[in-house]
Amino acid sequence: MSSLALRLSRRRVLPGFGLSLGISLTFVSLVLLLPMTGLVGQLKGLSLAEYWAIISDARVVASYTVTIGAAAVAALANAVFGLLLAWVLVRYDFPGKRLLDALMDLPFALPTAVAGITLATLYAGNGWVGGLIEPLGLKVAYTWVGIALAMAFTSIPFVVRTVQPVLEDLPHEVDEAAMTLGASDATGFRRVILPYLWPALVTGTGLAFVRSLGEFGAIIFIAGNAPFETEITALMIFVKLQEYDYAGASAIASVVLAVSLALLLVINIWQGHFIKRLHGGRG
Amino acid sequence: MSIQLTDIAKHFGHTGKGHKGKGSPGQAGGRALEPVNLKIADGELVGLLGPSGSGKTTLLRIIAGLESPDRDPAGRILFGDRDVTDVHVRDRRIGFVFQHYALFRHMTVFDNVAFGLTVLPRRERPSSGEIRARVHRLLEMVQLERFAGRYPAQLSGGQQQRVSLARALALRPDVLLLDEPFGALDAKVRQELRRWLRQLHDELGFTSLFVTHDQEEALELSDRVAVMSHGRIEQIDTPDALYRTPANRFVFEFLGDVNHLEGEVRGGTLTCGEATLAVDLPDGHQELLLRPHEVRLAEAPTPEAQLPVTVTAISPVGAEVRIEVAADWLVEPWLATIRHADYERLALTRGQRLYAIPRHWHRFSAEDTPQRQAITA
Repeated sequence: MSSLALRLSRRRVLPGFGLSLGISLTFVSLVLLLPMTGLVGQLKGLSLAEYWAIISDARVVASYTVTIGAAAVAALANAVFGLLLAWVLVRYDFPGKRLLDALMDLPFALPTAVAGITLATLYAGNGWVGGLIEPLGLKVAYTWVGIALAMAFTSIPFVVRTVQPVLEDLPHEVDEAAMTLGASDATGFRRVILPYLWPALVTGTGLAFVRSLGEFGAIIFIAGNAPFETEITALMIFVKLQEYDYAGASAIASVVLAVSLALLLVINIWQGHFIKRLHGGRG
Repeated sequence: MSIQLTDIAKHFGHTGKGHKGKGSPGQAGGRALEPVNLKIADGELVGLLGPSGSGKTTLLRIIAGLESPDRDPAGRILFGDRDVTDVHVRDRRIGFVFQHYALFRHMTVFDNVAFGLTVLPRRERPSSGEIRARVHRLLEMVQLERFAGRYPAQLSGGQQQRVSLARALALRPDVLLLDEPFGALDAKVRQELRRWLRQLHDELGFTSLFVTHDQEEALELSDRVAVMSHGRIEQIDTPDALYRTPANRFVFEFLGDVNHLEGEVRGGTLTCGEATLAVDLPDGHQELLLRPHEVRLAEAPTPEAQLPVTVTAISPVGAEVRIEVAADWLVEPWLATIRHADYERLALTRGQRLYAIPRHWHRFSAEDTPQRQAITA
């Protein structure tokens, strides 16, 4: 913020600063801040003790564990496979590359409920995949694995699309330089390429994680929604809404909001420091 | 360590993977390199000079092992007695300097230079104290000790290229390969780094090969220069020999400014419009080439040379005055360099009419110049 103030005080060459910032702030207020204020406003009927009672209810707490655990697994899996996908899309030429590239965005475009129904039918005991793996003792549908799978499905584009452009910008000479200096492929990747991609990878994984925390449509069909077992936080909010308990729904929602916001903020600050360090500041 | 190449050729085919040089020439079959033979003595500093697309970078990358030569003909690359044709780049023990430095931007200058030492297998790796000492010695050599803790983005282009050189030298390579090392730097820094590289080379005695498209750089820096065009080495010789006795017209034209004189010879006189010149050549169409310093300007013609010209531009900067002259019988204007004393004596002004008097001229018969059309590019 201090740097913004500093910049404001200077005479600027680029025109339209006032106008564009004004419009941006208005838009952000209308679309983002106003609904969030409304959410917080809903809480005003609750006393602190009531608020605490709602958000620390045993069933709700169990849903936090399920949601965060599954989201963490999904985000980590996406970090690995998203990186691999981005790598394949950038570094190699193969038939169908454009198609694969376009497919990456499908989870964004697809209504999440469609994804949820598809996954549920596929992995249910009588589904194609479910029928194959359940005799082996692997149960995906109606377990937390199914939840993680649905989360991974909806959030994979975050990792691929944040890593891809950074990887494209990475000059070939950099890994060639590592090779001429005797680094093995693994060492070159670990010490040279991964640090390049690290900020993008962390951002992408963080976004995927935050997205998974709030996912609803894709998950409820495959989750089974057994209390204390496979109930996610978003479902708890939905349940409260169905009971016309708006304040209770808002209370739980505020927890999700706070966690997501805090995480995004941490990622942004960390990334800012990282980039600043590259350009010579003492991050 | 000496370098010997036999029959190294390269097609740019349909493999479609990896790095593709800087654009393959638009020849049939995408031939980037004709079979090349080259011998570089131990401790020699050789420049690969040529226009873009001449295959010089490809050749350098093949020597480094960053690209592989064609299997047919089966070429061979020897470093000393060691056949490295099928040796992976990481085991060739070369130092490679990239045009755009290719520094690791997330590492400090120190870590960049130390990289090669820290990735050595554990039993060959020096102790961390020794690594520190060696890196500091290298940084001292490139006069960057004070910048050890900085990141590449905080350095100027010239400093970054020096870091890149120190990094390449950290493993004490037998062979140092440089791909347009000064291409991205401005003229003054380039001059300075050139002198400094020469000094370093003489001090440490490694064998080096560098690519450049700048003739001045190649001629000033190298023990020998290999002039390349269209994937072939046209001539390899000392700078002096290249300039004085070019093997063919391409080399002649590439190494400096050239004036052309084309005309019909009859009975020992070449005629071109209103211009005539006495020459000792058989009858027929002839083309003569002249260096700017081989043209004198005078107020009167001589019996041998009657070449009337008009001064169109004067540039009195530098050791000599560069005069551009034009005439109806000339397709392209000529360039003449004259001494400042002559310039003052003739009291030249633009638009003045004078006579050009050739001191020497050169001629290359058609057989020498199979790539004539490429020259005008």
